[in-house]
Amino acid sequence: MNIPDELFYTKTHEWVRRINQKEIMVGITDFAQQQLKDIVFVELPKLGKELKMGAPCAVIESVKAAYDIYSPLSGKVTLTNKAILEKPQLVNEDPYGVGWLVQLEFSNPDEFENLLNPGQYRVACESEAAH
Amino acid sequence: MTNNYMKKTPLYNAHVKLNAKMVSFHDYEMPLQYDSIINEHHSVRKAAGLFDISHMGRVEISGDRALSFIQHIITNDVARLANNQALYTPLCNEHGGIIDDILVYRCSENRFMLVINCSNVKKDIHWLRNQSFNYQPMEIKDFTDCISLIALQGPLSTRVLKATFNRTFDSLKRYSFTDYHWNDTQIVISRTGYTGEDGFELFVHVKQVEKLWNLFLEKNVQNGLKPIGLGARDTLRLEAGLLLYGNDMDETITPLETTIGWTVKLDKGDFIGKDALVQQKAKGIERKLVGFEMIDRAIPRHSYPVLKGNEVIGKVTSGSFSPSTNKNIGLCLIQSPHATIGAEIYIQIRDNNYVARIVSIPFYCCIKT
Repeated sequence: MNIPDELFYTKTHEWVRRINQKEIMVGITDFAQQQLKDIVFVELPKLGKELKMGAPCAVIESVKAAYDIYSPLSGKVTLTNKAILEKPQLVNEDPYGVGWLVQLEFSNPDEFENLLNPGQYRVACESEAAH
Repeated sequence: MTNNYMKKTPLYNAHVKLNAKMVSFHDYEMPLQYDSIINEHHSVRKAAGLFDISHMGRVEISGDRALSFIQHIITNDVARLANNQALYTPLCNEHGGIIDDILVYRCSENRFMLVINCSNVKKDIHWLRNQSFNYQPMEIKDFTDCISLIALQGPLSTRVLKATFNRTFDSLKRYSFTDYHWNDTQIVISRTGYTGEDGFELFVHVKQVEKLWNLFLEKNVQNGLKPIGLGARDTLRLEAGLLLYGNDMDETITPLETTIGWTVKLDKGDFIGKDALVQQKAKGIERKLVGFEMIDRAIPRHSYPVLKGNEVIGKVTSGSFSPSTNKNIGLCLIQSPHATIGAEIYIQIRDNNYVARIVSIPFYCCIKT
């Protein structure tokens, strides 16, 4: 299970990369893509959409079913990854790289406290895998 | 998530050894996928795949009046079958609603084997027993827990059988079956399946099935035989336009409204549901199950609303990404006047409407036997 040290995480298996003072990049974790397996469809939010922390911000579909992806922080969508609309399998192949989902301009830096560090996220995955 | 109360098929350990992702499917823990659903799907289309379908129910019906009894409870005409032939048929209630869709195997003049859906085993057996009072003496035996069922499907199926048993079954016709003596036990090999490919289904005693499963996989590495889970079973059957009970059919839907109207033989004599079906036919069939493919980029799923303009005209019964056509496809049950090939409809997905087009089914089929 690949859990990069430099990222933040959510219990719902999104990762967060702080790219500058105002913005974050968001994707789904390696654990999530392994659980979903064959990703065949991605739906992304419109640019400028205002999202609340924990609100659905994208949809990822495997062959079997559709899954909501939740916004890790509150903020406004500034960029989405067009490449994965045409090639959803990029999310399986490189979830922390070219398979990223959206960029957000976050509105409340205090919300970072709600995110998990890599160690906490690893524990969350292990307990989920054990069930 | 699975738990201790789930039933396991005799191949459970074999699936775990193959690293299958197990899921609960009705009462059973079943393999959803071993590898990727898409890879498994292509294996069956291009080479061959092996499925554990022991969750399906198997019921034997025998008695002097077994033939008339079966004729009474199904809509298709089992009298047309010679021994060692099988047919597909719905089992209907008095209103013509589909209780189950099943395969009837004629083993001898008055002995039949029914293969029924996992989700319907209890309901069907209860129904069969209740309907059998006027046909005594009659034996209705549930063999589900002592006979396993595995399916071998794909264009290389005949080659795989030959590599496994050192003899060919090429001459076995579609919807025919034969007994075969293997490893001191009797197995039944039937040329049937649920994928739109050539293939066989094998009835094997539970004590022998793991041995046979492993033998298949060991002897057929070069033929590209792969174990296949329920995930690919669903995409394969949908592409072939084959219906799934509980999704595309239930007791509120009659065979005439679906794509299996051909199984209703009104000229064969009396059967349960006949009056209702005759009436429905005379009145005109108000809803129709049809296939569609998405034009907009979105995946249809079971129960999504179908619209024409602003009006809801029905709902999606099955939908998926289709690996063989690389399209998003589905079946929907809609008002008959809208059910014309080529017509554009909307599928409502997460509050947005996406354009789709009604197409003929199967979406993909390649049986060449």
